[in-house]
Amino acid sequence: MAKSPEGIEGPGFFATKLEDVIGLARKNSLWPLPFATSCCGIEFMATMASHYDLGRFGSERLSFSPRQADMLMVMGTIAKKMGPTLRQVYEQMAEPRWVLSVGACASSGGIFDTYSVLQGIDKIIPVDVYVPGCPPRPEQILEGVMKIQQLAEKESFRRRESPEYKKLLNSYGIE
Amino acid sequence: MEMSKETNDTVNKEVFEEKEYSTLNLGPTHPATHGIFQNVLKMDGEIIHEATPTIGYIHRAFEKLAERRPYAQITPITDRLNYCSSPINNMGWYMTVEKLLKAEIPKRAQYHRVIIMELSRIADHIICNSVIGVDTGAMTGFLYIFQWREKIYEIFEEICGARLTTNIGRIGGFDSEWKKSTWDKINAFIAEFPKALTEFSNLLERNKIFMDRTINCGPISAEMALSYSFTGPNLRAAGIDYDVRVMNPYSSYEDFTFTVPVGTSGDTYDRFMVRQHEMWQSLEIIKQAIKKMPEGPMHADLPDFFLPPKEQVYNNMEALIYHFKIVMGETDIPKGEVYHCVEGGNGELGFYLISDGGRTPFRLHFRRPCFIYYQAYPEMIKGIMLSDAILTMSSMNVIAGELDA
Amino acid sequence: MRLKVSDLKSQNLKSIMELLNQVNEKLNANFAGQVVSAEMLYDFPVFTIKTEAMHDVLKFLKEDAELNFHFLTDLTGMQTADEKQLGVIYHLHNMPKNLRIRLKTFMDINKPELPTATDLWPAANWMERETYDFFGVRFKGHPNLKRILNVDEMDIFPMRKEYPLEDQERTDKDNSMFGR
Repeated sequence: MAKSPEGIEGPGFFATKLEDVIGLARKNSLWPLPFATSCCGIEFMATMASHYDLGRFGSERLSFSPRQADMLMVMGTIAKKMGPTLRQVYEQMAEPRWVLSVGACASSGGIFDTYSVLQGIDKIIPVDVYVPGCPPRPEQILEGVMKIQQLAEKESFRRRESPEYKKLLNSYGIE
Repeated sequence: MEMSKETNDTVNKEVFEEKEYSTLNLGPTHPATHGIFQNVLKMDGEIIHEATPTIGYIHRAFEKLAERRPYAQITPITDRLNYCSSPINNMGWYMTVEKLLKAEIPKRAQYHRVIIMELSRIADHIICNSVIGVDTGAMTGFLYIFQWREKIYEIFEEICGARLTTNIGRIGGFDSEWKKSTWDKINAFIAEFPKALTEFSNLLERNKIFMDRTINCGPISAEMALSYSFTGPNLRAAGIDYDVRVMNPYSSYEDFTFTVPVGTSGDTYDRFMVRQHEMWQSLEIIKQAIKKMPEGPMHADLPDFFLPPKEQVYNNMEALIYHFKIVMGETDIPKGEVYHCVEGGNGELGFYLISDGGRTPFRLHFRRPCFIYYQAYPEMIKGIMLSDAILTMSSMNVIAGELDA
Repeated sequence: MRLKVSDLKSQNLKSIMELLNQVNEKLNANFAGQVVSAEMLYDFPVFTIKTEAMHDVLKFLKEDAELNFHFLTDLTGMQTADEKQLGVIYHLHNMPKNLRIRLKTFMDINKPELPTATDLWPAANWMERETYDFFGVRFKGHPNLKRILNVDEMDIFPMRKEYPLEDQERTDKDNSMFGR
């Protein structure tokens, strides 16, 4: 059961801040978009399966459509050929959206310091949480999801319209 | 009568020529394509008329990377070819280098290698078959059979420390004897997996819905499969019994008796069944290997490639120098060129190595089965419906890492 | 305990030597002067053929009833050590008799052209595209000779020795520390 936020309780009512309730709801229902490209994708399949179930964190429904997803999990190497596709998928996602970069290749290019591999997806999209590992164990992926949950819980309403956030997106060239 | 036939033909011809095809982009990111490759489909309603594939979305330049790395450091690259069964790739690479060195590997190490390779073959086929189930809508098989992949991962972790991209073993054998806990886990796996595999088979093998969806879905004839250089379960489903383990035995496979399952029509159901039976045969091979395990050392006597024992490194000058050279990758390999192939999860995985006598290969080429047989995919899906095309793709077990390298 | 390092114990090494001689004879009979060399490397008979005759040699090896190399295992390219020539290497396989053979041909790096093998084996289609993508070898008569693995806009042939491995636009790695 999720922990209820702080508030004033009485017979038939519970008063608390709207932000806390929204944070609680968002945190426990993050729908991921698994952008699985290579080996980390297989570890993600192991995370989704029954042993390390991701569904108990609220991510039961995987959404492959960017418009219906909250969290973009980029798992695996992103080659330069794939970069524009990743960018398009990120731009199609609706706010609020979080990005989880799973694996060494997505975070920084990994062991592939070559001409054809993008050395980290933070060159093209803003990233919230990085999960290192090659591939990371399912427990590490779950911890990454939990950190995104903490970010989602504590985020203020106004963040996505604030000038700092807009400046961040503009630095990537995203409107 | 004749006049009406002519009129009919004219009418049909006009209707045919006026047909418009719609274009559908089965894009690089798609839930059903397991891995990233794009297919631009020209469709007439639900029937596919033509397909144009685009690959290279995960090209990581393995072959150029291998020219920069010493021989022992290339193993992590080979891991990431067919990452569902990475120990097979590792062993194939070690055998290629050992062929170049003309080294003889002790039987005990070879039998251990066989056990590892067959366990990883089971892991690969579990993924492929359960994902065929998912694509027909049967999620249950996937969720429950994946538990057994975790058990295989635990066995790999006991030996080499990693689950998926294993980098298991050494050039020349294994670094040390396996612990008792490893053998306990392997024996427990062999004892309990048959029950789980039977449950999985009962779910899908004679299931009327599954059979209706997969029989005659994406068939390929034996002649066409050979001309497209198919190997592995896809070729065996089409009727040709070509298995590298039988034809060019390596690592003592000739000591084991196992059957090679062969299908008839090369459709999705045959590919599924060939993989199911191969899993049973792999279990047989593992049991035989454990029963007939010979005594002996676990690695060949290759002082240039094998770390000396630590007591000698701390006390003996020669061992210290060898240790330094091996870790820094300064050992030179004899000059020559060699081609060695192993039976990977998808077919004949070949390593073509040209060495010019230095510490890194001059040219290393991977003969990747997925890359070669995926060319036939546009031919196989002509004239079938979209959901059947998705099933055909997942039954061919196209792994993106092996496709693009 | 020191183990003896022995020669490759292939049970049919003798038959592979016979195959080498047989193919050598047949090729010399039908394509006189086009066979540059014939040797045995480890357990493979390797023939180096002149570029103009390569396609005909492949067709002959495929269609000859006795030799019957009907299966194309691999097709790849390479650059020679002096960086002046490009080579294309074919691995063929005769499954009923379980015999394998390797064929090589070398071309000048400024004009690397040879006829395609796609009319003999459809499997050669993508393998030739990959060789073109990596080395720049042009296959005459290929239905669709475009880049396959790299981005379409790339204008260099990356596997050639003169091109670097690493991404040159990278700013965050210190070259003096990483020895690039």
